[in-house]
Amino acid sequence: MVALADYLMVGAILFCVSVAGIFINRKNIIVLLMCIELMLLAVNLNFIAFSHFNHDIGGQVFVFFILTVAAAESAIGLAILVVLFRNRSSINVDDISAMRG
Amino acid sequence: MFEQTIFYLFSAGLVFAAVMVITVRNPVHAVLFLVVAFFASAGLWLQLEAEFLAIALVLVYVGAVMVLFLFVVMMLDINIAVVREGFARYVPIAGAVAVLMLAAIGTVLGRDHFGLAQVAAPGPVGPEHENTAELGRVLYTQYVLPFEVASVVLLVAIIAAIALTLRGTRQSKAPRPEHQVLANSRERVRLVKAMSPETPE
Repeated sequence: MVALADYLMVGAILFCVSVAGIFINRKNIIVLLMCIELMLLAVNLNFIAFSHFNHDIGGQVFVFFILTVAAAESAIGLAILVVLFRNRSSINVDDISAMRG
Repeated sequence: MFEQTIFYLFSAGLVFAAVMVITVRNPVHAVLFLVVAFFASAGLWLQLEAEFLAIALVLVYVGAVMVLFLFVVMMLDINIAVVREGFARYVPIAGAVAVLMLAAIGTVLGRDHFGLAQVAAPGPVGPEHENTAELGRVLYTQYVLPFEVASVVLLVAIIAAIALTLRGTRQSKAPRPEHQVLANSRERVRLVKAMSPETPE
């Protein structure tokens, strides 16, 4: 039988891989956005696993809302990316220093 | 045993696709591997009896969000050499951070605390169990206000995305309503008296 711990570990591995992805793809905003999607996927897997093992449908409702917010987030992120590329002709994070951040 | 085989198959696919997403050179390939990751994840969700969310993940994420990603990646002309610089330099620290985090999470979420002895596996549900109906029942009663807020969030996202990407001046040749209203027949039609050369005087 597959235990709850197995699902949680898959989610943890996925989360750590996406954290490593944010570290090594610091120049590429597109891959950074994809890493955030992977993180949300890992969190969703945990929610659904707990919902299944605890017989509580509330976890799945939460995943539903996370999917909604993630879709909105990626749409706005990509819109910002398109505007940025139009102005700067690059998607390098280091080029975005207009506010001296 | 069959259940475990399916689980390890989908998990291996998921982790492999995730590793490929963060390491491949070409962003288009990264998006395609992310699609693979979503499919594997949907398989795991099906195994956890979250059928509606598994289908929604494939339809909404693979069908809409990933296609949007693919559009943007292909529209932008990315210089891969610039984007990849510093990649090798950050690999050791990224690996160290990931392994440390995984070790920390593993000690808490491992089989010692969430194994089958602590959390018993729920029995299989019969064919009369409808995940979609059950989800819909709580979504439209207990969680109806968050549901409405989610729709507002999506509306704001639509408006924000359009407002951000719309260019300043209008380039399209749309008709101006005020000119159409002010038009009259005297300006539009001019009658001229034409005389053909053959006509006798």
